[in-house]
Amino acid sequence: MDIKKITNRFLRFIFYRIVVRLVVLIVLGRNVRHRNRLPTAGPAILVANHNSHLDTMVLITLLSSGLLNRIKPVAAADYFLSSPLKAWFALNIVGILPIKRQKDTPDEDLLAPCYLSLEEGNILVFFPEGSRGEPEHLTAFKGGIAKLAERYPDVPITPVLLHGLGKVLPRGEKLLVPFFCDVFVGEPLYGSKDRKGFMAQLEKRMAELSQEGIFPPWE
Amino acid sequence: MSVFHLGPTVLWSLVGLYGILVVATAIHFFLKKIRPDSNFREIGLRIRSWWVMVSIFTLAMLLSRNVSLFFFAFISFLALKEYLSIIPTRRADRRVLFWAYLTIPFQYYWAGSEWYGMFIIFIPVYVFLFLPLCMVIIGETRNFLRSAGTLHWGLMTMVFSISHVAYLLVLPQSGNLGSGGAGLLLFLVFLTQSNDVSQFLWGKSFGKRKIVPSVSPNKTLEGFIGGVGTTNVFALLLSGILTPFSLPMAIVTGILISTAGFVGDVTISAVKRDIGVKDSGNLLPGHGGILDRIDSLTFTAPLFFHFTYYLYY
Repeated sequence: MDIKKITNRFLRFIFYRIVVRLVVLIVLGRNVRHRNRLPTAGPAILVANHNSHLDTMVLITLLSSGLLNRIKPVAAADYFLSSPLKAWFALNIVGILPIKRQKDTPDEDLLAPCYLSLEEGNILVFFPEGSRGEPEHLTAFKGGIAKLAERYPDVPITPVLLHGLGKVLPRGEKLLVPFFCDVFVGEPLYGSKDRKGFMAQLEKRMAELSQEGIFPPWE
Repeated sequence: MSVFHLGPTVLWSLVGLYGILVVATAIHFFLKKIRPDSNFREIGLRIRSWWVMVSIFTLAMLLSRNVSLFFFAFISFLALKEYLSIIPTRRADRRVLFWAYLTIPFQYYWAGSEWYGMFIIFIPVYVFLFLPLCMVIIGETRNFLRSAGTLHWGLMTMVFSISHVAYLLVLPQSGNLGSGGAGLLLFLVFLTQSNDVSQFLWGKSFGKRKIVPSVSPNKTLEGFIGGVGTTNVFALLLSGILTPFSLPMAIVTGILISTAGFVGDVTISAVKRDIGVKDSGNLLPGHGGILDRIDSLTFTAPLFFHFTYYLYY
């Protein structure tokens, strides 16, 4: 391993073990339910609703620290690789798996990097809403996850409902305002040929998880 | 590390806290042995959380006065965060909420610098006027009053009230020769918390008549009276070593703390009932959130402070 890689790994470790932990555990505080349902080894997929850049950070603090280098948040290449500094931070420190949102050729498979990563035994963090959207609103899931699940029917797909982070740091805001966040982990599910059925099942689990909490209005 | 900023009476009282914890842990252990069919899990969790809380509290007290002030500022921060996380808030107020958090370092700085005048008017006057100004500048009028009102209520209880505990620490030695402000602080915090525990235990053992059924169905008249009695016994025992109070004055403080503690407890219960949550959080296993633990203190702290300040300083 060359010196650059070692430095990046070290910085990543400092970032997640110290900076992110301080922010998530002390500035914010989390309220986790059913933590035992989280995967303890790869390959696995975490599926969560997306309201804030902090979503990924909170999810990573929940998984055991030995898995840190296996966790790959799947993120839009056009957004995160738009400037050299942003790209360096996203790729080396956050550790994203960049995917494109637009096909260059009609038969290009945009999920191809995910296949590779799962085959390496990584844990993908997937946000099927596609973007952070309106804070604290659940928008419809896109179908990419069903395709991924069908291809890897043995990989557990754990739904996670996040609440509160859209208040802490919503899209377009730079000021972080502390709130406790809720993390409700659902029972893992597995993919099948019936993609529509899978999506319905996944959305049902997310809806059930959101019934577990009492979320104060935020208009 | 110097522990000599605390007098010997305060140090021995801190040791006494661990004595009580050891006794409680032992009783819990034997009860589990004698009655294995009963469920003592929640009590066990509570006792374990007490060990953690007492350890952090004693550490904060022993290190230095400033560490103790920081500790109470942090308690205010956790409580305010819990409160703001369970109440309805407006998206437009994000910045205002940030300012609200920022009042905490200021308020505890006034306490640390012994600037009593500023300490006592900062939140009730300046913050009370400043935050609505910010909200007007942002310009969202829907639910304006609800938002301004709930925010200020939170700041008064979680920051202003709790900071009175910290101000006890900076009171001059002259009002309480021997134990000083730290003695008063320990007296207040111990009596408030033991009052909670004894009301709970008396209520569990003998509770029949509900006292405020629509707010808190678990609170009983028997629990309340038992708590007042127990707290007064503690007040009589401890007033000589920790406070300047004569025995009749110890009775008055005992009644003040036990009654105010009860009211603080049911007030936060009413807030939680209004919102529809059972616990304010899950920071302290067995207890709930930090608000569930300091609810009584939000009422006892300012009342005890002003009672003592008026009569002895």
